[in-house]
Amino acid sequence: MGHAAVLILVLPLLGFFAVLLNGSSLKERATGAIATLAVAASFVATVVAFVLYLRHEGPVTINLFTWFNAGALHVPAGLLVDPLSLTMCLFVTGISALIHLYSMGYMAGEKDYAKFFLYLNLFVFSMLLLVLANNLVLTFVGWEGVGVCSYWLVSYYFDKETAASAGKKAFIYNRVGDLGLLAAMFILFTHLHTLTYTTIFQSTSLLSPTDATLVVLALLLAAAGKSAQIPLFNWLPDAMEGPTPVSALIHAATMVTAGVYLLVRMSPVLALSADGRHVIAIIGGATAFVAATIATSQKDIKKVLAFSTVSQIGYMVLAVGVGDYTAAIFLMVAHAFFKALLFLGSGSVIHALHGEQDLRKMGGLAKMIPLTMITFLIGWLSISGVPPFSGFWAKGAILTNLYTTNRPLYVLGVLTAVLTAYYMTRLFVLTFRGQARFSTEHGQPHESPLVMTLPLVILAVLATLGGALDLPWRHAHSLSNFLGASIVPVGAVHQSSGLQLSLSIVDLVAAVVGIAAAWSLWRNHSERPSLEPAFLEQVWHWDGAYDATIGRPLTAVAGVAGTLVEDQIIDGAVMGIASGVVSASKEVRKIQTGYVRHYALAMFLGLGLIVVYLVARVG
Amino acid sequence: MNVPAAWYLVLAAVLFGIGAFGFLTRRSAIIMFMCVELMLNAVNLTFVTFARTLSDVGGQVSVFFVMVVAAAEVTVGLGIVVAVFRRRSSTSVDELTEMKG
Repeated sequence: MGHAAVLILVLPLLGFFAVLLNGSSLKERATGAIATLAVAASFVATVVAFVLYLRHEGPVTINLFTWFNAGALHVPAGLLVDPLSLTMCLFVTGISALIHLYSMGYMAGEKDYAKFFLYLNLFVFSMLLLVLANNLVLTFVGWEGVGVCSYWLVSYYFDKETAASAGKKAFIYNRVGDLGLLAAMFILFTHLHTLTYTTIFQSTSLLSPTDATLVVLALLLAAAGKSAQIPLFNWLPDAMEGPTPVSALIHAATMVTAGVYLLVRMSPVLALSADGRHVIAIIGGATAFVAATIATSQKDIKKVLAFSTVSQIGYMVLAVGVGDYTAAIFLMVAHAFFKALLFLGSGSVIHALHGEQDLRKMGGLAKMIPLTMITFLIGWLSISGVPPFSGFWAKGAILTNLYTTNRPLYVLGVLTAVLTAYYMTRLFVLTFRGQARFSTEHGQPHESPLVMTLPLVILAVLATLGGALDLPWRHAHSLSNFLGASIVPVGAVHQSSGLQLSLSIVDLVAAVVGIAAAWSLWRNHSERPSLEPAFLEQVWHWDGAYDATIGRPLTAVAGVAGTLVEDQIIDGAVMGIASGVVSASKEVRKIQTGYVRHYALAMFLGLGLIVVYLVARVG
Repeated sequence: MNVPAAWYLVLAAVLFGIGAFGFLTRRSAIIMFMCVELMLNAVNLTFVTFARTLSDVGGQVSVFFVMVVAAAEVTVGLGIVVAVFRRRSSTSVDELTEMKG
């Protein structure tokens, strides 16, 4: 199994180097094919490792080599192959392979075609490193790796001002989160003298409750940065400036779930701090709700999906907060399926409309791009929580558990579910139903090529059947049972099947209410200003608030520093000293007359003074 | 006849004074060199005097060092003076003021 696990990691890296060395000389198709095959092979390796794991049982640590030793800090380059990392690897490599395939069609003719696949392969490698690492330092390397790939890919169209600044925004928000991960590592190392997962988990008893809470809060900050949670969620909607496959892969399916993965991975530490978990649950719930309200009023098809992603990850964080880790991972996998599907579907729509992203200029596309419409329909029903699609089961697992663990957050969760169904229905109706509102100056909308529709179909199948991973019946918790070896649960809750059934009906009602409301409200409209208040469209004025409290004061301080401190004080001091030396030396140099006897006289006088001094001292 | 040590010292001081006065007042580089030699030898005289009165041979050893160094210095110095004379047909140090501030 060790070889397979190493291959999972190495293959995308090989793809990266192959594209790096040959990208400029190969044809577009060949470059894309190399990159896609590398990731597909990595997926095959993951499947092999998974099968071997099932036969072998028990988590395995593979030590490749010692990365560095510094005092008490031993950092091995090691991989931890356990159910959690395998689950992550399976969907990361699988969805990455599909999105690589899709990108071959979507990115055809773009000017930096090879560079796109270069970054994409490097991203997959970093993500797998993040997931497979057996210690926090190596995870941090992957964490930063996905961050920088995200930055490059968001600002892929870097000659566009908005894309360039969106990349910077993503990078800076992520830096704030990285601070949390670093702080967590520092605290853990101070008390436990190790950063290897298995050793940390064996010695958690050495952590005092206060330190455990600090670690959990630091990890929450890290997760908030990477997974776009309050207060650091603003970067994700802007990240939609990147190409749509990037939005699907990095900013919906994989990278943004890294924060949730980190929290689940650290579940033995989370188990020590009920207060910390409570904060996590509140942040997750609040994010899910706030992002869902914002998504109801966005006019850009990708922005709606972006806020929907923030909202869905909020659900996952909420589930982590109440200790329901398996449900969080379940939703993560299901969300990866249907959100990748929705993003790729939106990409197909944008492709058909020659780059149009505004919902007000779509409509009536159902007949023109039928395959995209059908797959999108499945994604829509899945995220809205309609049975039997995967979203229903995944969201149901979280909400059912919430009902017994935290009643106020359960109510918030159900409200968010209604909003989710509402905004997704609005999106679907505005895109595919009603009057055609797009311009046809670039030609009629056309269905995408096979390389783009094939991933859509596969993802649609996965989004439909994904719920089967973890059906809520007594003997059917396959994902939960599988993940059990990786996770320290917090007081598992068992509900009677009657309660489960009634809660499922509540979920279904929530979905139906949301869908029906949106259908009746939006069927014959392309905009309804009363339903799209500026407050929601402007993201609760969140960016404005950051601008007013952080951006503008800091700019003002920087302005003062630039004009006053730099020009006047620092430069003034330097120039003052220099001119002082110049004017003083103008006078002093006159002593050098050039006449030898003057120098000699000075020497004799000096000598005389010394003699007088010595004599006086002796006398 | 035994000459007191003080006489030697007075003679050395007088010689040193003449050398110093000459060095400060004369312009010819050659004469200035001679004055320097005069001062050096005045100091040599004091060395020898003290070596005798204190019965310490170290003073006489120092004199040898001074002589050797003076010889070397004169060689270099005269070389410079000759070079300067070739360029300017004069050995007056007052004309060599290029290095003034």
